[in-house]
Amino acid sequence: MNFVAPDFMPVLPELFVLTMACLILVVDVFLEQRQRHISYALAQLTLLGAALLMLLSFSRAPVVTMFGHYIKDAMGDLLKFCICLASAAVFLYSRDYLRQRDLFKGEYFVLGLFGVLGMMVMVSAHSLLSVYLGLELLSLSLYALVAVDRDSPVASEAAMKYFVLGSLASGMLLYGISMIYGATGSVDLQVVADAVAKQGAATNLVLVFGLVFLVVGLAFKLGAVPFHMWLPDIYQGAPTSVTLYIGSAPKLAAFALVMRILVDGLGSLQGDWQQMLIILSVLSMALGNLVAIAQSNIKRMLAYSTISHVGFLLLGILAGTPEGYSASMFYAIIYVLMAIGAFGVVILLSRAGFEAENIDDFKGLNDRNPWLAFVMMVVMMSMAGIPFMAGFYAKWVVLQAVVSIGLVWLALVGVLFSVIGAFYYLRVVKCIYFDKSEQSEAIEMSGDVQIVISANGLLLILLGVYPTALMTWCATALLN
Amino acid sequence: MIALTDYLVLGAILFCLSVAGIFLNRKNVIILLMSIELMLLSVNFNFIAFSRFLDDSIGQVFVFFILTVAAAESAIGLAILVVLFRNRRTINVADLDMLKG
Repeated sequence: MNFVAPDFMPVLPELFVLTMACLILVVDVFLEQRQRHISYALAQLTLLGAALLMLLSFSRAPVVTMFGHYIKDAMGDLLKFCICLASAAVFLYSRDYLRQRDLFKGEYFVLGLFGVLGMMVMVSAHSLLSVYLGLELLSLSLYALVAVDRDSPVASEAAMKYFVLGSLASGMLLYGISMIYGATGSVDLQVVADAVAKQGAATNLVLVFGLVFLVVGLAFKLGAVPFHMWLPDIYQGAPTSVTLYIGSAPKLAAFALVMRILVDGLGSLQGDWQQMLIILSVLSMALGNLVAIAQSNIKRMLAYSTISHVGFLLLGILAGTPEGYSASMFYAIIYVLMAIGAFGVVILLSRAGFEAENIDDFKGLNDRNPWLAFVMMVVMMSMAGIPFMAGFYAKWVVLQAVVSIGLVWLALVGVLFSVIGAFYYLRVVKCIYFDKSEQSEAIEMSGDVQIVISANGLLLILLGVYPTALMTWCATALLN
Repeated sequence: MIALTDYLVLGAILFCLSVAGIFLNRKNVIILLMSIELMLLSVNFNFIAFSRFLDDSIGQVFVFFILTVAAAESAIGLAILVVLFRNRRTINVADLDMLKG
């Protein structure tokens, strides 16, 4: 039996990230604490380099390589490009926060990069094996990241909860995968799709069983109700820099995970999983928006807001049309932009010995830093779905996708809960502009952070007024 | 001859035991780690049974990957456990209640 080397060119960005992560791991050992910015710079270089590699090799037609375990297609390229840029922004916002808390160590960046690698593998997976390995690489990095502040009792409790529930979710997903393997005889998503199309669902009990476990596992990873209980605790307990990381790029990877498994692999069972996703979506939108109103901790409030956004994200996927998928993808990208902005402002408000965790800490932000206040207002209004903000258009396209398959009631439920949700977003805006602050000192931040957070906020306005470019990009990415 | 369904039933029983272990246990975090391990092993059982009866080797390859990941996972789990114990002086599941709301 002779071994034929696979084509390594499509995997180049992943190989680059892997090599650099290992390199930083070694380099960091030889650095003194005051030279730690070298690991930071290398990590940023890695992410920007990978984004550049993706941009240069943007694919027209899908290429399958690594013995059928890896696919390079336009959807994957766009998502991986966004993942790299989002993670670069996360590292930038976290830098000063970590430095003030004595957490500015190589571990944070190395684990972050391995997480990015896991996400990239997940996004480009073409078999259930690479889906599982990518997911675990991401999850294991995240468990360790949550516990990175070793002396914090809250963070270690959050890490333990995340570990147990995350492993439970992986177990569920794995059980589903084993059933799908048994029913179809392969883990290659293309072969699985063909076999499933031939068998049909109703006749094969093993297949239906596998599908249910897969959906449960995916719902856990996405944080959809009723499998959401880990999300608020982890968002609140983890150091804000880690919350920022968990809340941003992994959502894109989770979207890709659902697309790869449910659409690419089990697309012909659409009638079966649509029902389950409708339930998950309605419950997420309802519970996320209602419980968020009662929160006084902003990280916890944003966690419940994440849950409600997951509900909206699922709307586009369950529509089962190419328009629906591209709407969901647009929603995921806009959501990540908003999440980075929101947690970014939270992290910039924190200083040495002070965590800006409560909504009350935002009181009078306008007097302390008008520009940051403006950015936060844009992010909050975009999350609420106020017209002419990117979030409005994102909600609009997913609702349109649902209406076009005849589920008008579902769209009405979505509109209703987003109106309810607007209350708690606008409460933050009210705090920023109309309440008096207890602290009066101005908020300082370095130049590069200021540029990126401004770009972040302005992009949300720009994409709200002129969404066509990104929307077309998403649509063409899903067509081929 | 043991049929495929017998293996699957055994796998399902082990899986249910592990899920019950995670949800019913109110005492000790280490038992949670054991339940998670049992869950992965029950999945391995499924894979090997299917692999044998489908006469396809991918299932066994998958099991090797799961075993490797499970080793890494329990390493991280135990590391978090040590950190938790250092900070809280307890590994009682019922005491993990600082985050609620």
